[in-house]
Amino acid sequence: MIEAIERAAVEAIERAVIYIPPDVKAALIKAYQEEENDVARAQLKSILDNIELAEKTMRPVCQDTGTITFYVDVGYEFPGVRYIRDSLINSVRVATQKIPLRPNSVHPFKNVNTGDNTGRYVPQIYWELVPGDSLKFTVVPKGGGSGYPTVLRMVPPGRGFDALREVVLDAVYRAGAMPCPPTIVGVGVGGGIDTAIFIAKKAATLRKIGTLNEDPELAVLEGELAKAINELGIGVMGLGGKTTVLAVHLDYSHRHPASYPVAVVFQCWASRRATAIVKPSGDFQVIQ
Amino acid sequence: MATYSLKTPIREEDIRVLRVGDILYLSGVIVTARDAAHRRIIEYLRAGKLLPVSLKGGVIYHCGPVVARRDGTWEVLSAGPTTSTRLELYESEVVEKTGVKLIIGKGGMGPKTAEACSKHGAVYAIFTGGAAVLAAQAIRRVISVEWLDLGIPEALWILEVENFGPLIVAIDTTGRNYIEEVMKKAEEKLKFFGVSLWPAVRYT
Ligand code: SF4
Repeated sequence: MIEAIERAAVEAIERAVIYIPPDVKAALIKAYQEEENDVARAQLKSILDNIELAEKTMRPVCQDTGTITFYVDVGYEFPGVRYIRDSLINSVRVATQKIPLRPNSVHPFKNVNTGDNTGRYVPQIYWELVPGDSLKFTVVPKGGGSGYPTVLRMVPPGRGFDALREVVLDAVYRAGAMPCPPTIVGVGVGGGIDTAIFIAKKAATLRKIGTLNEDPELAVLEGELAKAINELGIGVMGLGGKTTVLAVHLDYSHRHPASYPVAVVFQCWASRRATAIVKPSGDFQVIQ
Repeated sequence: MATYSLKTPIREEDIRVLRVGDILYLSGVIVTARDAAHRRIIEYLRAGKLLPVSLKGGVIYHCGPVVARRDGTWEVLSAGPTTSTRLELYESEVVEKTGVKLIIGKGGMGPKTAEACSKHGAVYAIFTGGAAVLAAQAIRRVISVEWLDLGIPEALWILEVENFGPLIVAIDTTGRNYIEEVMKKAEEKLKFFGVSLWPAVRYT
């Protein structure tokens, strides 16, 4: 079982860093087709050429293979529970050598790189217990460029809803060209501060482009925010044009009456994710 | 929007004709440098120490590549640009003291770099962020690597490239800064929306 989990994880990491998922690719193609600004069009063309070239040569689509997060759903009845943590961490070491990945795990005070993409709290692993007997995990390698302009603001609760729009537009404006637009913007509203960041990151990285928010009011708000952001005209790589965001994804949590956190997390166009499902027999499948 | 092919070493007169929005394809030698390498370059320059590679007429690429070592030689697998904004801290001094002519990155650079560019005859160009395999395709070979003690992404990778591009000129020698102009328009739009900016977040 150790071996199966590890193999599934290495394969999921490999798939994620090389192949851009179909929903993201479709959104980029649409942006390219609709773009009228020549400079922006040329940039989108480079992006699409690059995606194709990565698939063909089986190389990481972006050199920043990021730091890795695993979102794990463990079935209550899954037989290999005790092996999961170590197998996932080890898979990162193996993948770093094999693919290879760029070593991106640096001690914040000593500035020493561990060289294998593991370290204190790295990779990040989030656990959910779910019914069933299989193990499912999604691997998200997320680059540093789109992490840099992350924003968490505590807005005055009295201004909550208005302030939300302001915080998002302000964050996108400040991020400018840094997170390699077009981006997917994840917004987490409410909760404790850690919840706000957590749901914003999940909204930006896990939710597929083109899926509708379960809450119809939020779905409308997402559309309005995306439209307003695109009207800023920052465009591809900050060089102008129609598409600054491919999508805005909102999620919320109930909040303390005295606090109203708003988190804005960016996912660059190189949105990478792959999901592995491991059966009790050790058979596994990787999907995007 | 004109298209140019450039070869290193680059002469100042070839740089001074370039304008924002122009497209470049570059052949010759480029040197990668990120934050730690820039810090060390500045240290060397201030101490009057010789850099391991001359940057006169040369090209700095803001990039931390993915590399593999096969049969004793290095191969660059993936080499897109990193965010240049962080290097605003150092670049004007590097432009002034090394004679570098072309800086390649993504994300844009600020007024200090723009000023150094117009004063010393250099340009800043954008390569599409994340288009790392496309970039690697243009890399013919690794000539050498210096300062590996900084780690693979931070080391100076001295690379031979052929037709590296398309690069878009984003800061030219006339003082124009393409991304800054786009951002100015975005700011006006924000005002039009009635959105006031929040207290500053500092990125450099
Ligand atoms: S922001 Fe994304 S696409 Fe751009 S360099 Fe970083 S990981 Fe790559």
